[in-house]
Amino acid sequence: MSSPETRALLSEEAPIFVQSSAGRSGATLPAMDVPAADPAALWPAELVRDERPGLPEVSEPEVVRHYTRASLWNHHIDKGMYPLGSCTMKYNPKSADAAAGIASLNALHPYQPEEQLQGALELMWRLEQLLCGVSGFERVTLQPAAGAHGELCGLMLIRAYHLSRGDTGRTKVLIPDTAHGTNPASCSLNGFSTVQLETGADGVLPVQAVAEALDDQTAGIMLTNPSTLGLFETHIGEIVQRVHDAGGLVYMDGANLNALMGKFRPGDHGVDVMHFNLHKTFATPHGGGGPGAGPVGVGASLVPFLPTPTVERREDGTFHLDYDRPGTVGRLRSFYGNFGMHVRAYAFMRELGASGLTEATEMAVLNANYLRRRIEGLLHIPYPGVCMHEVVASDRDLKETGVTTLDISKRLMDYGFHPPTMYFPLVVPGALMIEPTESESVETIDCFVGALEEIVRDAKEDPELIKGAPHATGVRRMDEASAARKPVLRWTP
Amino acid sequence: MRYIPHTPDDIQRMLNVIGVDSVEALFQVIPEAQRFGDDLPLPAPLSEGELMAHLEELGGRNVTAGAATGNRAFVGAGLHAHQVPRVVDHLSLRSEFYTAYTPYQPEVSQGTLLAIFEYQTMVCELFGMEFSNASMYDGATAAVEAMLMARRLTRRDRVLVSGGVHPEYLEVARTYMAGLGPLEDQLTSLPLTPEGRTDLAALDAALGKDVAAVVVQSPNFFGLLEDLAPVCEAAHAHKALVIAVCAEPLSLALARAPGAAGADIAVGEGIGLAGPPNLGGPGVGMLAASGKKARRAIPGRLVGQTRDLDGKPGFVLTLSTREQHIRREKATSNICTNHGLMALRFAIHLSLLGKGGFDGLARLNLAKAEYAKQRLAALDGFALRFPGHTFNEFCLDVPGGDAAAVVSAAAARGLVPGVALGRFAPELNGALLVSINEGHRKEEIDDLARILAEVTA
Repeated sequence: MSSPETRALLSEEAPIFVQSSAGRSGATLPAMDVPAADPAALWPAELVRDERPGLPEVSEPEVVRHYTRASLWNHHIDKGMYPLGSCTMKYNPKSADAAAGIASLNALHPYQPEEQLQGALELMWRLEQLLCGVSGFERVTLQPAAGAHGELCGLMLIRAYHLSRGDTGRTKVLIPDTAHGTNPASCSLNGFSTVQLETGADGVLPVQAVAEALDDQTAGIMLTNPSTLGLFETHIGEIVQRVHDAGGLVYMDGANLNALMGKFRPGDHGVDVMHFNLHKTFATPHGGGGPGAGPVGVGASLVPFLPTPTVERREDGTFHLDYDRPGTVGRLRSFYGNFGMHVRAYAFMRELGASGLTEATEMAVLNANYLRRRIEGLLHIPYPGVCMHEVVASDRDLKETGVTTLDISKRLMDYGFHPPTMYFPLVVPGALMIEPTESESVETIDCFVGALEEIVRDAKEDPELIKGAPHATGVRRMDEASAARKPVLRWTP
Repeated sequence: MRYIPHTPDDIQRMLNVIGVDSVEALFQVIPEAQRFGDDLPLPAPLSEGELMAHLEELGGRNVTAGAATGNRAFVGAGLHAHQVPRVVDHLSLRSEFYTAYTPYQPEVSQGTLLAIFEYQTMVCELFGMEFSNASMYDGATAAVEAMLMARRLTRRDRVLVSGGVHPEYLEVARTYMAGLGPLEDQLTSLPLTPEGRTDLAALDAALGKDVAAVVVQSPNFFGLLEDLAPVCEAAHAHKALVIAVCAEPLSLALARAPGAAGADIAVGEGIGLAGPPNLGGPGVGMLAASGKKARRAIPGRLVGQTRDLDGKPGFVLTLSTREQHIRREKATSNICTNHGLMALRFAIHLSLLGKGGFDGLARLNLAKAEYAKQRLAALDGFALRFPGHTFNEFCLDVPGGDAAAVVSAAAARGLVPGVALGRFAPELNGALLVSINEGHRKEEIDDLARILAEVTA
């Protein structure tokens, strides 16, 4: 283990193209049992490729070693805590993976006859019921592929609603300053302009801010609840009322639904539309950046506009896809949704059941509050008091040491923790947004707090140690500026 | 609950630290009027055994199809399932990939970043483009994002979409653009010639100063290879861009790369090379382009190579000033994620295939499809709907003009002969789109011919 070559093997892995050796392959193909066909003979020259794509030429063992070694460079939830605020990095149950691996649930082509897809359609229909149960909504579409895709869907539904009433002047969406960047980006992509609302001194959105911004051009409001400050929007009842009175609709960003299961059902309180993140609340794996899934729940007023197809149950108990919905906004993607994620989320929800989901929320909120109390006095907490599933701290009190949120984040890696979400929400300068989720034990949280204690101590005594972090990872801080200035976006020989 | 570590003692100790009496007290921040007081109206928990039995039972009500489990389905139409080796599952299910987050923190995400960098390289190679993003949701959303990108680049609004583009892709474009202005100012469908290919005369007539892009698919929705070069020539003469769609990237082993034909942006759907079809999702939305201006306008994540403080090579997410978390309402897209795990699976499979395997796999598909095409077109009453060149999919007119009935009758005999295209447009009621892959043995193709003959006799 100590020879330099061995160390290099473990900590460095070049792109697989480097290992390529002409003539090697990691594939065994079926035999050619029909007459061979030559594209150069069958097709005119202008359709034929003159050079093979430059794929690597490697054997299967080389592929396995390459990707196994590469994988070892990653932090991941099975290795350690991943306290990314608003990302809800909870444990991904192995039973749900096994569910998604069932061939009779994954070897399905979307254009097979519906009679051959009854089990899959039933699973989608049942998942919709479960999501309605958790949220209090009337219907849920499973089509959106991600949270941001769900936002887009929700905004389309809001537009369709106004237009169906001949209300053509509603072009503005109100968005609090704590919102995720996807909220305003989704508005732009969908032709809405945005009006930013200022969060109150207590960290929640004041009714007054909403009331002042409302007018006859307001299409609706996008409200993340709990907000990205980890706080329940306590005025939501009155905000919903005011927005509705002004003719607008209420979109709730469900990114933080993990704080609410069994405690608050948005559909019961006038929220018109919300996206779920199955990859957050319902434990489907993040996969190194997707795929996720972003189903959208709606109240009765928006049901006519849902994307097509919907999954419907017939009286005889069979299921079908319904394309005949005259008010529909249309189709948001090809086929029916990220079904592989639906299976995992369904498995998770059925395994936990009503009591398990409520317990997950309770323990997530307990963990966040315990963590909050443990770091009070250690880091500045701009909005003290009971939080929900996450707590936001900042680097304010370390100003004179020169150590910043970025440095703290990088140093946490040396202790085996993934950093929290950094510099977000934007309303808190130097924010560290920490979400432990229900998966972490009290011992792990204590360990995380212990790491923070040492980091804060070292920031005062040996700030260079922190500013140079991480020290224990495979690579150190990367030169991001030159990556952007002279982009190298592909391997070249 | 096996996923939650807390014992009653833990909970009490934590409550003591927090300084509240009960867990319930933490939820007092939710105003009482809004607090949910009941049990959720959901079923009781299931044990793992019960759960698996329930799921197997649901699965039992499906009939599986495609290369993964049997070869009795000849269904493609934008999703071409190939035999993906087990090793792809084995590697992609490694927790290090599977349970990692988006690689925002490069020091602890080099594995994911490296794999995406490789994926980007492979997509560039297939499409003949300079750069690729880290993947998108699926082919349809990638196509629409490409249209919006072309509009940003040209500052023009109208997109011409060939009738050979997958109808669901066009539907998605309509859905996305409905909020951006009157659809008639934004989208124009181009008819196909009687030979089933993009009508160049109609294209010429539709081109003008308001056209941002022309979208052409090859192989097109009916399986026909399209010559992109004349489309590019016509479009470029009007300073419009060309977006090439490829819903079957395996064809690019043999067919001319869109970049080589002059296309400006290329998009595709890689799901069939990444894993089981999963009822169509999650997909692999491929998007690549060339040119410096395009690099600043591309939507989605990009992985770039750089060095760390010690000069060691590594990778980061880059050019993120295009993206929503920095630019908010001015971002190039609202997309926040990619389909990283699917892109990884795609890259692993293509690494296994390599140059030779990818070529060989494509030749198997071509040869079997040619064999099937000749067998089926010779059946009584059957005819090829279009005469052109195909890769692994072709369109038949069935006798009697009711392809859906033919599919039903064949399905009753345990075989799905293709997709009845009437589901997309009533004028296609007689059309059956047949997709062949490497998993279809000669005997199975012969069976397909026999059953089609029997059910239409």
